[in-house]
Amino acid sequence: MDLDFSAADDAFRAEARAWLADHVPTTPLPSLETAEGFAAHRAWEAELAADRWSVVSWPEEYGGRGCSVLQWLVFEEEYYAAGAPGRVGQNGINLLAPTLFEHGTAEQRARLLPPTASGEVVWAQAWSEPESGSDLASLRSAAVRTEGGWLLRGQKTWSSRAAFADRAFGLFRSDPGADRPHRGLTYLMFPLDAEGVTVRPVGRLDGKPAFAELFLDDVFVPDEDVIGAPGDGWRVAMSTAGNERGLTLRSPGRFSAAADRLAALWRERADPADTAVRDRVADTVIGARAYRLFTYANASRLAAGGSLGAESSLNKVFWSELDIALHETALDLLGPYGELSDEAPEAPAHGAWAEGHTFALAGPIYAGTNEIQRDIIAERLLGLPKGRR
Amino acid sequence: MRFLLDDEQREFARTLDTLLAAADTPATARSWAAGDHAPGRALWSRLAAAGVFALAVPEAYDGLGPLPVELAVAFTELGRHAVPGPLVETVAAAALLDRLGDKAAAGTWLPRLAAGEATASLCVPDLTGPYALDADMADAVLVSDGDTVRLAATAGPVQRSADPVRRLFRPAGGTVLARGPEAAAATGYAAEVAALATAAQSLGLGRALLDRTVTHVRQRTQFGVPVGSFQAVKHRLADTLLALEFAQPLLHEAALTLAARGTAPREIAAAKVTAGEAAHAAARTALQLHGAVGYTEELDLSLWIRKARPLRDAWGSPASCRARVLAGPTAETRGRDLSGEDPRAPGSPAAPTVGKGAGA
Repeated sequence: MDLDFSAADDAFRAEARAWLADHVPTTPLPSLETAEGFAAHRAWEAELAADRWSVVSWPEEYGGRGCSVLQWLVFEEEYYAAGAPGRVGQNGINLLAPTLFEHGTAEQRARLLPPTASGEVVWAQAWSEPESGSDLASLRSAAVRTEGGWLLRGQKTWSSRAAFADRAFGLFRSDPGADRPHRGLTYLMFPLDAEGVTVRPVGRLDGKPAFAELFLDDVFVPDEDVIGAPGDGWRVAMSTAGNERGLTLRSPGRFSAAADRLAALWRERADPADTAVRDRVADTVIGARAYRLFTYANASRLAAGGSLGAESSLNKVFWSELDIALHETALDLLGPYGELSDEAPEAPAHGAWAEGHTFALAGPIYAGTNEIQRDIIAERLLGLPKGRR
Repeated sequence: MRFLLDDEQREFARTLDTLLAAADTPATARSWAAGDHAPGRALWSRLAAAGVFALAVPEAYDGLGPLPVELAVAFTELGRHAVPGPLVETVAAAALLDRLGDKAAAGTWLPRLAAGEATASLCVPDLTGPYALDADMADAVLVSDGDTVRLAATAGPVQRSADPVRRLFRPAGGTVLARGPEAAAATGYAAEVAALATAAQSLGLGRALLDRTVTHVRQRTQFGVPVGSFQAVKHRLADTLLALEFAQPLLHEAALTLAARGTAPREIAAAKVTAGEAAHAAARTALQLHGAVGYTEELDLSLWIRKARPLRDAWGSPASCRARVLAGPTAETRGRDLSGEDPRAPGSPAAPTVGKGAGA
């Protein structure tokens, strides 16, 4: 057992750190949930991609560096410690790409991955429907067979990034007569500017159009934009969902960086006699550390040939609650300044805490609610019997 | 990097688990609480034969250590099986004697502690109050108040703990073994070893509480179904597992850091508070989900439940651990970086693995 980095990993860290020191914008970009911020973040993705820092774990042929999971974790630590911008390409990079690597065709990978890496194509996810959230088996939007492809009909909602993104991916019911609700689903990709697509931005809690409703009226999707076999969408999507909750969605680097900033804020602002807030700061610092080490253990397990299953549900509950604790504690330390939104010129840290707080509040809700995750933990890791939800 | 226990370490844990599962530790603990140390002493010898106490003693004194990672592995199993006795105190006393600079005392006690022929207790008033665990049966009772270490003469009358298996005494008198900065430094090191071992014990205790509770809620039915099918029950147990799972890597990091640097105050504090709180919460959950039957002394579960709170508070309260985590420079959550201060850089001595006697 060891926590030692190899000389190659250390060199990689040094290279990443030096590049980030030279390139990270000195003034934070505007929120990526605004048109202006979206464009600025897209340009940042292109800058990352130009020097192959956009998708370090991907094979070189698609714009990556072929890094190990461990080096990816190292890169993420350096990335967030450097105060680099949030990733507008995250849906495509972390959710779609793993699916394409596992289930896509060579043609799809060659066509779709490079522009995803460079920010030329920014993806929205289109899982949820008005009557279907964590229970994806209840999806009703349809994919109807037509010559050379499929026609999409129905409505998607809570589609992250869809207000400004280029393309979307999601599940559609292609066989309404299937004997089980999770059978007969097909995984498809479609352009958001296609004929028949209406995008209605939905303001999140702070009013920013962080997601959208999608109305689909016979939207044509060619066969080449189906991932995996028609009717096999559930299985294909589950591998994506596992990645989403597992290692790749929330790397420890962002929480480690936030915890370091919180500890600094506490040293700067806190009343030393206030041990209650000190304890909360300590718990978030410890939590970020625990999450990082837990991830290293998982990465070691993967490197040793193991796999992650329901364990990714432990991750999801942990980081989402840690993220909220980090930001709630920061807002408390900021006192009256904590209320200022990231769009207020006087907001501390250019509004990073305020924006981060709003973002963190969604954590326990999306990617499968924490209630569903706790059911999975109890049933699959502890072996408790299924029951009514 | 391979941040996982290796095969030998896992085999060591399995060996201890098997040994302890066959040893009827609940009966041993009940005898211990009643003042009959004979079954506990017998078990102590078997643990010593498996190498447990030698892990804290250097090879120069017939030990295998110090091996903090293996110590954490061993104490997780001791906690899982609720083994009675001054286990933590014995390994901490060994650490203290090793660092004290008193070769005569070290030569007298360390080989016997390693072999399980002697037991020790330790009182550090800043951390334990005036009390030493099981001082009446310990062969050596050490007291260290700051910069003076002495070998106590008498144990004093027993003070019953809320956990009757933990028998407390107020040692008095005795002879001074060491004074000054070296004694203070040795005490600090012993306290780190004690906190690490206690954190490991808490983690094992919490896992046992979770396992027993899961077994219970799968069998116990109410309203015609197993109570384990209720979402409120599931979620509470999911949270228990979460807390324990995320405490474990902190424990391993603390042990690795202690092995590499010889001191790891913040890492151990983080592990101690997290494992202690996780086990304490596991005990509360175990009690709640067992209901009234869990609130009885006769159910063996009580042996685990009652220990969770004292272990959480022993050898460093949660508040003191949290304060320690924030002491010193910031940027502590980041990886070992390129500052040149990495004590685990190539060239630092690698920790030896457990010797043959330990895992066999």
